Amino acid sequence: MARRLHAMTAQRRRWMLTALLALALAFPFFAQQFGNSWVRIMDSALLYIMLALGLNIVVGFAGLLDLGYIAFYAIGAYMAGLFASPQFADVLESFVEQYPALGDAMSTLLGPAVVQNGIHLSIWLIVPLAALVAALFGALLGAPTLKLRGDYLAIVTLGFGEIIRIFLNNLNAPVNITNGPQGINMIDPVSLFGVSLAGAPGSHATVMVGHYGMPSVNAYYYLFLALCIAAIFVSARVQDSRLGRAFIAIREDEVAAKAMGINTRNVKLLAFAMGASFGGVAGAMFGAFQGFVSPESFSLTESIAVLAMVVLGGMGHIPGVVLGGVILAALPEVLRHVVEPLQRSLFGHVVIEAEILRQLLYGLAMVVIMLKRPEGLWPAPRSEDRPTADSDTAGESTDVVPV
Amino acid sequence: MGDILLDISGVGKRFGGLQALTDVSIRIERGQIYGLIGPNGAGKTTFFNVITGLYQPDSGEFRLAGKPYSPSAPHKVAKAGIARTFQNIRLFGDMTALENVMVGRHVRTRQGLLGAILRHKAARAEEAAIRARAMALLDFVGIAPFAQRTARHLSYGDQRRLEIARALATEPQLLALDEPAAGMNATEKLALRELLLRIRDEGKTILLIEHDVKLVMGLCDRITVLDYGRTIAEGPPAEVQKNPAVIEAYLGGGHD
Repeated sequence: MARRLHAMTAQRRRWMLTALLALALAFPFFAQQFGNSWVRIMDSALLYIMLALGLNIVVGFAGLLDLGYIAFYAIGAYMAGLFASPQFADVLESFVEQYPALGDAMSTLLGPAVVQNGIHLSIWLIVPLAALVAALFGALLGAPTLKLRGDYLAIVTLGFGEIIRIFLNNLNAPVNITNGPQGINMIDPVSLFGVSLAGAPGSHATVMVGHYGMPSVNAYYYLFLALCIAAIFVSARVQDSRLGRAFIAIREDEVAAKAMGINTRNVKLLAFAMGASFGGVAGAMFGAFQGFVSPESFSLTESIAVLAMVVLGGMGHIPGVVLGGVILAALPEVLRHVVEPLQRSLFGHVVIEAEILRQLLYGLAMVVIMLKRPEGLWPAPRSEDRPTADSDTAGESTDVVPV
Repeated sequence: MGDILLDISGVGKRFGGLQALTDVSIRIERGQIYGLIGPNGAGKTTFFNVITGLYQPDSGEFRLAGKPYSPSAPHKVAKAGIARTFQNIRLFGDMTALENVMVGRHVRTRQGLLGAILRHKAARAEEAAIRARAMALLDFVGIAPFAQRTARHLSYGDQRRLEIARALATEPQLLALDEPAAGMNATEKLALRELLLRIRDEGKTILLIEHDVKLVMGLCDRITVLDYGRTIAEGPPAEVQKNPAVIEAYLGGGHD
């Protein structure tokens, strides 16, 4: 009987997933009726979901509290900023000014095209590069923190996040690499198979796919949705694997995990690197989508926001994390769009500003959820709730084994 | 004289001003159940932690199955073929019983990130083998019906069994059990005794730390008695039982 139940839920799950996917695919067509800004909100929500999924690997699976996660997002975004914009021309110029020998050598090495226009790598290169560099930094952060746990780890990762942000803020002198607080402008939009997702010039940001035109935000929506699905797929597969079990074993009891032969150093570094690579990809997408990056997008509050998505949704449970991402990323924006016009039509003027209301609700939601649902909105089902949990013989005790 | 599986000599371990172990040696023949006993604070668990790589010894020579091994890290010791359980049970509480045992297979399997994501043929085959072996071990220790239950929700006795199954999953040559009978009632102890004998009959060697002298005396082939970090007696149970130093250590009198 248990098996039939299991089969039924598997089928039901497939149905739910298909329905959800159809809903996600249809969303822009529906939302677009009310203006492109709704799709834009969802675009950034999808980026946040990707971030939350990455952080979930570190915090949810491996149990390593990371308060500086946004640093990897920043690294990804700046990879796009440096290698897909005119910025590198400025970098070279500044090198020539400060260190002529080195600058000239770099200029001749990279050629006149780069000196003129900067580096413009294709998105097919930017994404793996961002993932790789972020993963490297993830391992770099992981290495000195291997022996730290809980609060201590949180403090070190928090410091790491700030270090990256401050570096980006100050790397405009003596040689200008990141443009400092002004940020990097004119980042190339994503271009897939010769189609720019920002739309052809003069097309009012309409992307032509074959004969069908759609707004740029919709095109980005589908790209981010695809990446999110990939992130979910990878997370889910890893969770249910030898490696995923090693992550969770470390979260549950590190000493026992070691005693069972898990090389906790390597596995923890891998968790850090993997989580970071998700952040790197999301960051590169963010840079290309906005066309502009600056250090202020990567403050501690952002790290906390992503962590809040993971915790509020349900640590270690992928659907919960996605739900947390949708709610915390989209709701504030929705509020911004709804609350003020609503108040204007009700009272004739704005009584509470959306931003204040947002903070109020955010705090309230956190407190209520931690009180009422400390494991998150949608936590992983306890095995007692799983339909296959106990077979028919579960009633008998095995404490007494006939000798 | 059978072949010697574990040969450890001259182990010393100091914690600050406390000499926890002084020149402790132990030789275990393959296929034996070997007991390590001693009063509270005698250094049994410290010795255990040293041979399984949890503590770094100050001195000592370590040989497993004739080959020297270095107890420098627990995961290396597990790989070399010593698996342990813990005095205060350390299961992966939020994982199911089955998953706990599957973690034990980690050290004998190899699929990494790519296998996890692509789930190619080799990865699927390995995963199926892990699951089958883990299930068989749960069955062996007698808790197969609870395979899908989270470890923290198992009864105390079943948690002890699960820990043994998880240790067995690493395919150890030596199974080291730290007070497996602690907190068990008489019936549970009887069942444990029967389980340990079955494990030995499968060809495993067992090192047992135990408080319950009765259980140890009835079960072990040889015994080492520790007191204040030193070996005070070594031999078959019947001999050790009569050793005046042992009687003194357990009943008191000699120490100041």
